[in-house]
Amino acid sequence: MESTIIKSRNFNASFGTNHVVKNVNIDIPRNKVIAVMGPSGCGKTTYLRCINRLHELIPGATSSGEMTINDENIYQMHPIFVRLKIGMVFQRPNPFPNLSIYDNVIAGYKLNGIKVPKAERDRIVEYSLTRVALWNEVKDSLNKKGSFLSGGQQQRLCIARAVAMEPEVLLFDEPTSALDPISTSTVEELFHELKTNYTLIIVTHNMQQAARVSDKTAFFYLGELVEYDETKIMFTNPKDSRTQNYITGRFS
Amino acid sequence: MELRSVKYRIAKNYGFKALVMIFAFACVIPLLFILFFIVSKGITQINWHFLTRIPKPVGESGGGIANALVGSVLIVLMAVVIAIPIGILGGIYLSENKKGRLAYWSRLCTDVLQGVPSIVIGIVAYFWIVKPFGFSALSGSIALAIMMLPIVVRSTEETLKLLPSSLQEAGFALGMPFHRVIFKVIVPVGTSGILSGVMLAVARISGETAPLLFTALGNNYLSWNIFGTMHSLPKLIYDYSTSAYDEWKNLAWGASFVLLLWVLLLNLLTKLITRKWKVQL
Repeated sequence: MESTIIKSRNFNASFGTNHVVKNVNIDIPRNKVIAVMGPSGCGKTTYLRCINRLHELIPGATSSGEMTINDENIYQMHPIFVRLKIGMVFQRPNPFPNLSIYDNVIAGYKLNGIKVPKAERDRIVEYSLTRVALWNEVKDSLNKKGSFLSGGQQQRLCIARAVAMEPEVLLFDEPTSALDPISTSTVEELFHELKTNYTLIIVTHNMQQAARVSDKTAFFYLGELVEYDETKIMFTNPKDSRTQNYITGRFS
Repeated sequence: MELRSVKYRIAKNYGFKALVMIFAFACVIPLLFILFFIVSKGITQINWHFLTRIPKPVGESGGGIANALVGSVLIVLMAVVIAIPIGILGGIYLSENKKGRLAYWSRLCTDVLQGVPSIVIGIVAYFWIVKPFGFSALSGSIALAIMMLPIVVRSTEETLKLLPSSLQEAGFALGMPFHRVIFKVIVPVGTSGILSGVMLAVARISGETAPLLFTALGNNYLSWNIFGTMHSLPKLIYDYSTSAYDEWKNLAWGASFVLLLWVLLLNLLTKLITRKWKVQL
């Protein structure tokens, strides 16, 4: 029996009067890769941003219902603790342009004012960069600015930055949509590697990607969670006709 | 199309180009003229004595502008110290709150403040600060700080608004509290823009005379006391250029040259800062 880490019950999210996530019930198992797919504007990104409470930073954004991590209500915790447990990687690589590669990886500690001894910092940086397969590429230029790296390297740097905080869950918001195919496959390989320690939730509108990397897939359509199942079942034998239509490309 | 009409169009095009270039050059002429005039009259005055001595009494030759130079530097420095925290924090608020009543009124007020004549700010400072506490350099600094404020606020706001929101989100996603996102992520990335706004504001107030007439008043002796009267370059130029004595007029020319050099250097420095400290996004 796999254990559940994130659970939502009757979860809703809106921007003002625009109801974008409708009554979502989902159980996300630990140490798995979960793909969230669906057409543009179906609420998948909004749902993801509700998990680490970034959604509420947008003026007029509201949410209701239950969302828990390890059976603890996320919406009763302080957002800062939530975000320390749940890391996030964004659509476009966003390393801090004023910081070096080293400082970017350690940014979660450094900019939060958490004091870490030098040796421990070095260990965290090396470990995190190794986890994202970037260490060998940048170990000689750790003091260079992060923005000098290529797009794919920057994105891996952003993943390293999230990994350095040792979160339980990592959220990815269309992490490869700004990357070329080679960088995309590098990042996809990372997902397999990372799920041994973390639970990965990946929003994507690329179905092939969902099929390639995930253990379970959730299909969102018009704000509703239409179907949520093992990826293999989802892509071979979907139960809902809307899922079937989407997978076979009959609507977008 | 007929060849002749095409030729006519080409000729018209050249004519227009020439016109635009003439007016572009016309914009340069006043500055060149001022530079030439001030440099030719003022540069002969500049020497070590001029910068380190205070003015001599009427009839004696020599003397310098040390009192005004020290006064101007001190008064402007104090104005910067007063205006920077308020201006930058205000600018941060405005860039973070694009809508909202306070942001609307704050924006409107800074815009109006920018248009308030400096002499009016001087009078207000006179009634509010000088009347109860007496003439002082500090009151002059406060008047100048009020003049700096809108420039610093708006340039900070415009700089920070241009930064991508993904930068802030990166900070929040790492569990950083709002104030750390602002001071550790947003402000460092926007430093060059904020600093150039501050420098331009300093250049702008360095030559202000009107607010100092009623506040710092002027002082013929070298003074380091910010609670007493103090001389300043613009005030010295104002006083001596209208005097009847050639020695004093020459001091005014020299002081004009120093002030001009100061403002030019500040502008150059601003350009350097924006180029050097610009963070590649």
